[in-house]
Amino acid sequence: MSSFPFLSLTIFLPLVGVAFLLTIRGTDEIVARNSRWVALWTSLATFLISLLLWLNFEAGTADFQFVDRVEWLPAFNIAYHVGLDGISLFFVLLSTFLTPICVLASWTAISSRVREYMIAFLVLETMMVGTFAALDFVLFYVFFEGVLIPMFIIIGVWGGPRRVYSAFKFFLFTLTGSVLLLAALLAMIFEAGTSDVPTLIATSFPAQMQTWLWLALFASFAVKMPMWPVHTWLPDAHVEAPTAGSVILAGVLLKMGGYGFLRFSIPMLPIASEQFTPLIFALSVIAVIYTSLVALAQEDMKKLIAYSSVAHMGFVTIGIFTATMQGLQGGVFQMLSHGVVSAALFLCVGVVYDRMHSREIAHYGGLVERMPKYAFVFMVFMLASVGLPGTSGFVGEALVMFGAFQANTWVALLAATGIVLGAAYMLYLYRRVIFGKLEKDHLKGILDLDPREVAIFAPLVILVFWMGIWPQPFLDLMDASLANLLQNYQEALAAADVTKVAGAVAGK
Amino acid sequence: MTNAMTNFEAAAPELLIAIFAMLLLLLGVFRGNSATRFVTWLAVGTLIVAGIIAIPMSGGYVLAFNNLFVVDTFAVFAKLLIVIAAALALILSMPFNARAGIDQFEFPVLILLSVLGMMMMVSANDLISLYIGLELQSLALYIIAAIRRDSLRSSEAGLKYFVLGALSSGILLYGMSMIYGFAGTTSFIGLAEVFSGSDGAAATPSIGVILGIVFVAAGLAFKVSAVPFHMWTPDVYEGAPTPVTAFFASAPKIAAMALFVRVMLEPFGELFVQWQQVIWAISVASMILGALAAISQTNIKRLMAYSSIGHMGYALVGLAAGSEAGAQGILLYLTIYLFMNLGTFGIILSMCRQGRMVENIGDLAGLSRTNPKMALAMGVMMFSMAGIPPLAGFFGKLYVFLAAIQSELYVLAVIGLLTSVVSAFYYLRIVKLMYFDEPAEAFDQPVGREISGIVTVTTVITVVFLIFLQPVLNFAGQAAASLFAA
Repeated sequence: MSSFPFLSLTIFLPLVGVAFLLTIRGTDEIVARNSRWVALWTSLATFLISLLLWLNFEAGTADFQFVDRVEWLPAFNIAYHVGLDGISLFFVLLSTFLTPICVLASWTAISSRVREYMIAFLVLETMMVGTFAALDFVLFYVFFEGVLIPMFIIIGVWGGPRRVYSAFKFFLFTLTGSVLLLAALLAMIFEAGTSDVPTLIATSFPAQMQTWLWLALFASFAVKMPMWPVHTWLPDAHVEAPTAGSVILAGVLLKMGGYGFLRFSIPMLPIASEQFTPLIFALSVIAVIYTSLVALAQEDMKKLIAYSSVAHMGFVTIGIFTATMQGLQGGVFQMLSHGVVSAALFLCVGVVYDRMHSREIAHYGGLVERMPKYAFVFMVFMLASVGLPGTSGFVGEALVMFGAFQANTWVALLAATGIVLGAAYMLYLYRRVIFGKLEKDHLKGILDLDPREVAIFAPLVILVFWMGIWPQPFLDLMDASLANLLQNYQEALAAADVTKVAGAVAGK
Repeated sequence: MTNAMTNFEAAAPELLIAIFAMLLLLLGVFRGNSATRFVTWLAVGTLIVAGIIAIPMSGGYVLAFNNLFVVDTFAVFAKLLIVIAAALALILSMPFNARAGIDQFEFPVLILLSVLGMMMMVSANDLISLYIGLELQSLALYIIAAIRRDSLRSSEAGLKYFVLGALSSGILLYGMSMIYGFAGTTSFIGLAEVFSGSDGAAATPSIGVILGIVFVAAGLAFKVSAVPFHMWTPDVYEGAPTPVTAFFASAPKIAAMALFVRVMLEPFGELFVQWQQVIWAISVASMILGALAAISQTNIKRLMAYSSIGHMGYALVGLAAGSEAGAQGILLYLTIYLFMNLGTFGIILSMCRQGRMVENIGDLAGLSRTNPKMALAMGVMMFSMAGIPPLAGFFGKLYVFLAAIQSELYVLAVIGLLTSVVSAFYYLRIVKLMYFDEPAEAFDQPVGREISGIVTVTTVITVVFLIFLQPVLNFAGQAAASLFAA
């Protein structure tokens, strides 16, 4: 723990890269080549600095670390206040880890307006890291909303044929949810007199007010998550976004919803959170089963993975709202695991899409004959998505199920059917794309992974096995924060019960 | 405080502008249109000096000319915004006017005279001085709207603006006469005393006073083009020459809004409960209409007209809150609006092909390929107007809604936030045209040093505004406080 502002550096270093990108001069060819390298080095440097955060992170305390605080708007006690705890640390790492991978994945796939593309990604990285690191609600909102601008541009400029529709749908869905979050945020500032997150967590809001605030927060986080029935923007956005856009969308952006529940809804509004737990369970179970069935019927690979994301996020919300230690651990772990696995699956789709320019499942078949390395990589991630023991997916799902059984057996039972369906659609996808005879003529010349692609997938494969076989280093760091969260939650509920009983007694 | 020295000191910026307007007029008459450029730069200089003279007056409270005229921090803040807006609009107008053959020396002189009127408006402390300022401003504006005499559309815009403006002045005057009739004074201070009287007048003001206030509010709503008094805006914006539209959308709006705030909060502050619903209703109506009607526009100037109607609706949210925080929010909103608006009009002014202006939104298609810098600037402006953080526009909205929530206007806040999503749609459509669509024919380049300079400056301000937010907010806070201290 040094006083050097490592965290702020992690947040703003990508913007330094942007400044470099803006100064590049020369022909289109030179600009494109230099932009790629600048973006790669910037994002790698950012990743290395964020690794320092991990190495210097002290386990066993729920306090915020690497805190930087600069007064910004003293009138409303709004400050530039950032810091990390066991929950946010890994989301920051996930963001910085996936960005260089995205840059590499776009190395050849993006050939037009490369400079703008790389600028958009680096700005996006700043916004993502800032979202997870912000300890001030207004600052959080600024980063959280700021994500929309680069993502809108990425989908709209470099996306597929229906990119305009998808970009608008993505933007407007998210914005609608977010403005309600803003309304709640303003109300909370007035109730507590500050937008400082630790102070807001310590403030107990009146029960009546909590209900409204919770619903407003829910509107935003549920869209971002996305939960059924406001998930419909996701398949469109995923299908039309360029590969790296899908990777970031699935890998990081979806986690902002879950992170929002963990950081804001549950600790700040415990009474309402408990009150609405049945709603969350119901929507999550519907999401798990319904979107799994929908995924089974998809003809487009990206759409299938998009629907599987909705289902997996259903597990996350179940885990978080079980309000048990295992459930919370599982929810966070499942988010991290999904961040790696779904990102990797989109990259897998990107590999064949770059070669054949089609995402139709029917377009492929028997790829194992020409692409053994690819078949192996795809299999690893497919099985991780299914939750095979030994992969990261298993740990998350298992912990969520432990938590769910303690909270509500029916929820656990129904969620478990989702796991079975998940295995069904993933295996079915894998069979149709990889196995069988290579009969289609256009696939006869398809090439296996090149060194660049191997370099992209290698860290992801390692991470999936590491998280699956030895998850303890991850869980250790987040335990103290989650335990603290849970304890505060239960104390708040107990206190609310006491007042309720006291009120009832006084009423008599 | 009635000695002559104080009077002239308090009105020094206004006097400076008045004198220089005359001098520049003489200069123009003697030298002819060949001196237009020189006269314009001199006018810009005058505005800047007037602004600099005004700055030290903040923090004080000076009444002059038998309490007709007041100089407080609020007036100084509004004057600075007006001066900046007018100076930027004048600089923007130069290349266009030269190209369009309307580079007459009268243009900067008329702008100076209208600025004089606006400065009178924001310093008015009496219904009469209010009216004089308003009329001086309006008369100059009517002529500027029609300055392109040989253009049918420009003349039509001028005429329409004149007829409707005269109507609104009539309504305003009628309301003022009613208030005078029922309260017996036209002085803001006197009115405030009457309405806060211990005889219970504040609790139940007579119906005549309420009617008078509603008429005054309607007249002022005309000037800020709030729904349902907005009909002139799109036609005038479209018809007037583009630099004139840029000016119309900035300085007069700011002046009228500042005046609106002062009139409602100072003399009628005690009757807040009576007029709050009126402001609430026109604010909601403006936000909704601004959002919905802009969607189907194809002319960029008409779109900006509806956008400005919407923006005025957001600013009025702060007035509906009726609090110090609300007034502060409005001033912040106007500051941000000024830069976004002039930047956007700078870009619209550079939409030119083979020497002819084009105004269709579709003409922006593929701008990111043909002129990436301009597209970036326009993109920043559009996202900022849509209120997406971290750009400036977000903070304007943040503070007016903060004030609304503080005054427990939850419904208003939620309606406002939701309409901002609808309006995001048409701002995004422009971004979509510029970035997602195939390029149309490129615009003429270069666009002129003046325009590109202003576009650059306003874009940078919009992007980094969050760093300078605190000082601006502080100043706006002091200005709002001075309004309530009186």
